[in-house]
This record gives sequence, structure tokens and C-alpha cells, in this order.
Amino acid sequence: MKKKVLTVDDSRTIRNMLLVTLNNAGFETVQAEDGIEGLEILEGCNPDVIVTDINMPRLDGFGFIEGVRRNEKYRAVPILVLTTESDAEKKNRARQAGATGWIVKPFDPAKLIDAIERVTA
Amino acid sequence: MDMNEIKEIFFQECEEQLAELESGLLKLNDGDRDPETVNAVFRAVHSIKGGAGAFGLDDLVAFAHVFETTLDCVRSNRLEPTQDVLKVMLKSADVLADLTKVARDGGYVDDARSRGLVKELEALANGNVPAAASKAPEPVSVAATAPADDDGFQPIPFSFDAFDDEDDAAKGQTYEISFRPRRELYGKGNEAALLLRDLTRLGEMSIICDTGTLPVLDQMDPEQSYFSWKISLTTEKTQDDIRSVFEFAEWDCDLEVKAAEPASPPEDLPMVPVAFDLSALDDGPFNIEPVQPAVDEAVAADVEATDVATGIANMAAAAARVEKKEAASAAATATVAAQNAAATSTAGQTIRVDLDRVDRLINLVGELVINQAMLSQSVIENDASGTSAVNMGLEELQQLTREIQDSVMAIRAQPVKPVFQRMSRIVREVADMVGKSIRLVTEGENTEVDKTVIDKLAEPLTHMIRNAVDHGIETPEKRLAAGKDPEGTIKLTAKHRSGRILIELVDDGAGINRERVRQKAIDNELIAPDSNLSDEEIDNLIFAPGFSTADKISDISGRGVGMDVVKRSIQALGGRISISSKPGHGSVFTMSLPLTLAVLDGMVVTVAGQTLVVPLTAIVETLQPEAAAIHSFGSNQRLISIRNSFCPLVDVGRILNFRATQANPVEGVALLVESEGGGQRALMVDAIQGQRQVVIKSLEANYTHVPGIAAATILGDGRVALILDVDAVVGASRGQSLKAEMSLAATG
Repeated sequence: MKKKVLTVDDSRTIRNMLLVTLNNAGFETVQAEDGIEGLEILEGCNPDVIVTDINMPRLDGFGFIEGVRRNEKYRAVPILVLTTESDAEKKNRARQAGATGWIVKPFDPAKLIDAIERVTA
Repeated sequence: MDMNEIKEIFFQECEEQLAELESGLLKLNDGDRDPETVNAVFRAVHSIKGGAGAFGLDDLVAFAHVFETTLDCVRSNRLEPTQDVLKVMLKSADVLADLTKVARDGGYVDDARSRGLVKELEALANGNVPAAASKAPEPVSVAATAPADDDGFQPIPFSFDAFDDEDDAAKGQTYEISFRPRRELYGKGNEAALLLRDLTRLGEMSIICDTGTLPVLDQMDPEQSYFSWKISLTTEKTQDDIRSVFEFAEWDCDLEVKAAEPASPPEDLPMVPVAFDLSALDDGPFNIEPVQPAVDEAVAADVEATDVATGIANMAAAAARVEKKEAASAAATATVAAQNAAATSTAGQTIRVDLDRVDRLINLVGELVINQAMLSQSVIENDASGTSAVNMGLEELQQLTREIQDSVMAIRAQPVKPVFQRMSRIVREVADMVGKSIRLVTEGENTEVDKTVIDKLAEPLTHMIRNAVDHGIETPEKRLAAGKDPEGTIKLTAKHRSGRILIELVDDGAGINRERVRQKAIDNELIAPDSNLSDEEIDNLIFAPGFSTADKISDISGRGVGMDVVKRSIQALGGRISISSKPGHGSVFTMSLPLTLAVLDGMVVTVAGQTLVVPLTAIVETLQPEAAAIHSFGSNQRLISIRNSFCPLVDVGRILNFRATQANPVEGVALLVESEGGGQRALMVDAIQGQRQVVIKSLEANYTHVPGIAAATILGDGRVALILDVDAVVGASRGQSLKAEMSLAATG
């Protein structure tokens, strides 16, 4: 069975790169453009793992992660933070919001897949 | 989709982000302190950096990084975005745009300029905030590679391939690992079983699970973590490699890793070995219900490890509770979904379409319009009464066609904003060069006009802006002396007016120096020294070919092209331009352009047996000349008297050489047209056939430029009709031959 990944990123470039990378690795990919859309899509998409950016309009990654963790049905889904925000404070905030792990942009496709494999069954 | 296509998307996105960046900075410059504006600006740079990193565009990354760091200071209120700060940032935005362009198209950037700005940005980030020094960027040369602080947090490379050889691994060092997850570990979506699975790939391992703290089922909190593990791992990997497995989880567990004594593992621990079947993790069985993995795992372990008999009753009770909870959560999620749906419905939905596709559609609709017209015509010819069902149906078809055409045109309509935004950069740069302080105010940026018009608008507008900055606005000293604000203002506005777009460029500079313009025109033999011209006529002399007002040619606007070129390009778009000026108070340039270049409302007329189309926008009125109103003037000039004023009468058929002698005006119809200079002319045609919208077909693209003719179209009967270039015809009537027009058009 194909694993389903929900990606949330406002950059079209990154969305496309994620799509290509994940599809090539045999994942099913669902994409959202910001936190609000991410939470909306989450319902009914039932992802195995979520990959999200931090800096986004409308609802940022922190808010999105908190939203997922508050969601009774999906709060146990692993969430990987994909961002260039690399200082410890940002990472810490993402963890406090409930992020499972992180991938630093610019991402290397192999690392992305590794990280996903690590947090999914 | 391959990487090149994604790269193309990246550059497209960069353009949007750069526009966003600039408009945000300009808003800040105007005193906007909305945190969302600052965030949007930050995000724009951040996004460019992110994408650039993915494509290894190091120069771009390095500069964006420095820029981003400074913007972050503004975002976190450590740096006040004063005018001076914003000036640096606007310049940085320009450099970022240049770097992006170079990354896409190749070429060179002004290294000195970008290095200078990097220093200025760093000074802003450091100078105002000593505390930020620690996180300030490394001394970046613009060519530096990806910033080091990014690297510092990169996940440790983890390749499974290296661990395939388990026999060898078994020979390594043995580690004792104690792993006790806390409930937060599960709460963040981490999973003890997966961490253990990763650990097994490092080498030979035995696991002992401590289930001692597990309560009976009805006292069990499904969210709590009850298990802990003691692992003995023999591997060739280092302790750090082992810890890296717990990289994502180390904050949420008690972890101890130490090299084991060669002694055998102690056997008297109060622990129950639990069978650890890794195959269970590989899919199905472990692909748990989305409720709580912790529960399932606990239950699974419970069944194995505790007394099943006592558990059954408790389990039933727990199951009932879980069900209830699920129902409640389902209700909760439903509300959340509804709220989210409401929140997003307001956001605009857009799709991107390749321009070629839209153009093809427009072309097809054009053909459809022509075809429909032909069909109508042939039906009318065969059904004089016009009452047949076919005729009725055709009318509806006509209406629908018209609506389709309007809708398709609307797809191509774009706001003028991007062009206006480009102008602010030009104002900045040119003002800097000539040492003037100028503010650009834009209005009506969201006014929409056909994309081709927008594309062709940028060049003449750029030229006019340069002119306004260079010649229009005075130096700060002169302005102060004249009692004006030392900072000049240029205002650029766009609005729709009667089916056209009106663009105004207003400056509060010195206005046209009529004495000098007049003198210049005399020197350049554009006018006779004794000619008597109105102020308006003098002002419009600046559009005359070969006219340049600057006494010395400057770098900025005197590149051998004058306002005549601007006028040509505006005319080529089917537009008009005029100027009005008030000495000491500034000038107003007004451009009126058609909203689209694809269709045209025209009057279909007959001239010497030919069918011509005259653009409706040019026609002021039509009239039937009476013999008494016609006055001869000179050898072959004629005037027509309209309401007590005289207007030159121009025979279109003669000008276009359709006939050798002038036709009798009384037998034809006169179209009163307004030409560029503001003067009116009466164009003589033989008859008016009607008024209709025609699809413009470029003559240049299909044949060659014909003087006096703007384009062609196909009429309902399938015949080609030429669209009259009113200004060229009027110009020809003034004595300039059409040939001259043609050569001017070619050089313009």
C-alpha cells in the first residue's frame, strides 16, 4: 500500500520539488499551500505523514502543527518540519508545537525520504 | 515534470516574490507598520532563498540570507524600519532582482554594488542590535556557498545501505541503551517501535521491555507512556550514530547510551522479555487505526504480557469509553472543518494557464465571431423578412458569441500593477543618479488591461518616468528656493474611461519651459521663427521627431530617443498621448489606450469601391456635407464649416491613392475625427455601411506594413477589409507624405 504524504508549503517551487521527489519514491502526495488549507485538506485525506514549512501566510507552520495536534482524529500523525529556519529557537518552537522531526532546506531528496521512513511504519 | 521545469517555476515564483517584496517595502516606506506586511516581505526573501538553495544558486542564497537576517531584525522589532533603513532595503530588493535575473539568464551583476549592500545590511543587523551579533551571518562574500548555520542543523546523514552487512556489524562494540519515552514522545507523533526498528539496523541487538509500570486496563491512560526498554546493541557504529537514531525524540525520552562491559547481560532483572517481531512493523498489522497508536500498542502488549482472563471485562469497559470518545471527536472535527471551510472560501481561487493557450483561444473566438457574422449575412441574404427560426437562433448565437468574446478577453486582462511597480525602481535609481529626492505615488494599480498592452506599455512609460525625473523635477536646492517641498512627487495613475484605459503621469516639477522649447524647435527647424503657437501647441512640440529639450544630453534620458519615440509606441498601441503643463507647477502626461488589441469597434465605410474600417474611438461625429459648407482653399485644399468653425476636409480615397482626383464632398459622408495634436479633421468617405466589432488581424504579420493602414480584418461576407490608421491619414493631409510616415514608423 502506498503511503500518503501531506505537504504544506506556500512556495510553488518547493511544492513541485516535494511532489516530484515523493512521487518518485513511491509515495502518494497531497499538497496544501498554507496552514489553513493544510488543516482543511487533512480532513478526509488521512495522511501517514505530514511535511510542513514554517513561514507561510494565513497560518504558519507552528499554528498548523498545533492544529493537527489538537485534532482528535489526526493528532498522532508524524509531522516533519521542512524549513530553512535553522536556529535552535525555531526548531524548539516547532517541537513544542508538536513537530515529530525536521528536514533542513534545501532538502536533499534522499534525506527527505530517509526522514519520512524514520517516522512512518 | 523534471528539474528544469521546476526551475522555471522557481523563477516565475521569484518574480512574484520580488514584486511582493517591493510593494511591501514601499508600504513600509509609507509608514505602514502592519506586522503582516513585514511578514510578507520577510517571506518573500525567505522563499527566494529556499528555492535558490535547492538549485544551488549560491550567490542568490548568500545575498538573500543577509537580507533575510536584516529583515528578521525588523520583524522581531529589533530594527526600526526608518526611511534610511528602507532605502537600503529597496536597493537590496533591486540587487536581489538582478541576481535572480542573472541566475536565470546569465550575465553579470554589479559585484561592487551587491558587496556594498551586503555590508550595509550587515551593519543594520549588527549595529543597531549588538545582541543579534551571535546570529548575524558569517562574513559573507557574495559568492559564498550555503550559509554555515544551515549546515549546523542538518540532520545527520543516515543511509541504510551502509548497514546491510550485519555479520560484520556483530563484531563491533556492544552498547547498553536505556530508553524510556515520555508521553510527549507519542504526542508528537514519534513512535517507540519505529525508533527501535531503526536501532536494529545498526547491528545485532536484543531488547528487553519493562512493562512493570503498566496498570490494569481500566486504569490505563491511553495517552500515557508505560513501557521502557533496555537494549543491548552490538555494532561497529559509534555512540553518536546510535544517538542520531533518537535525534527527533531525545527531548521526550530518558536516553542513556553507554559502552557495555564485556560481561554477559544481567539475568536477575525484574523484567519480562517481550517478543519483538519486526515484521509486524512492515505494513498492515501495524498500520493502526487513527485513534491512538499508544493505545493499540499498549493493548497488544497487554494481551501478551498480563493475565488475559482478568483483562476481558475491563477491556470491554475501556472499549465502550473509546467509542464514546471517538464519537465526540468526530463531532469536534466536523465543526473544525466547517470553520476552516468558511475561513478559506473568501480567498481568491486562481489557476495559471500558459499564455499560448489563451492566445489560441482568443484566436479561435475571433474566427468564431467572423464565422458567425458570415453565417448571419448569408441567412439574411436568403431570408429578407428576418423572421425565420434560423434567423432568431442566429441572433441568440450572436449574443452568445459576443459574451464568449468578452469573457475570453477578460482572461487576458491583467492589472497594471507589475508595470507600475517596475517604475518605482526606475524612479529610485534615476533619482539617485541625478541627486534628486523623488517619491513615486501610484494609484489605480489594479486597473486591468489586456496583457499585450501591458507588455508594450513598460517601455514608453519607463522613458517618460526617466524624463520626468531627469527634466521634470528640479534639484532639491531649486525646489527649496521655489518654496516647494525638497522632495519631488511623481504620480502615476491608471483608470478606465469609456472603454479605454487612461494613464496619467503627473509631476510637481518646473513644468515645460516654453521659451526654451520654442527656441529649440526654431533651432531644429521644426517651426518657423515667426510662427504663432498656443501654449498647448508649444508643449506638444516635445513630441515632435528629433526634439530633445535637455541642453546637454544626459546619461539618463538623452539616449538619442526623444518623446517622439514614446508617442510612436503609444500610437502603435492604438493610443494617444498629450501633455499639459503649468510653469512652476509641473506637467501632466495623459495616455489613453485601448483595453485590448484583439478587437476593435469600428465604423465600416466604403471608399472608392473599397471597404474600410475606421476605429470608432477616433470618430467624433458623422455628417452629410452641404455644398454651402464646403470652401476651397488654395489649389486643392478644402475646408468644411461646422457650426461656425472651419475644419480641413480630407479625402481618404485620394490620400490612399484609391483615386486620382478628389471626390465631390456633397456625394459622400464626412467623419469628424480627432487627431493626436488635438486638432480635428473631416475625413471624406463615400458611404457608411454600418458599425460593428471587428477582430484585428495584423497586416505586418501576414503581409507588410501599408502606410495609412493600421491592420486588417475579415468581414461577415468573408472579404478582407483594411482598418484605417486615422492619425497617419491626418498626418498625410498635413503635407507629410505617407512614405515619410512609413520610414518614421520603421525607425521608431
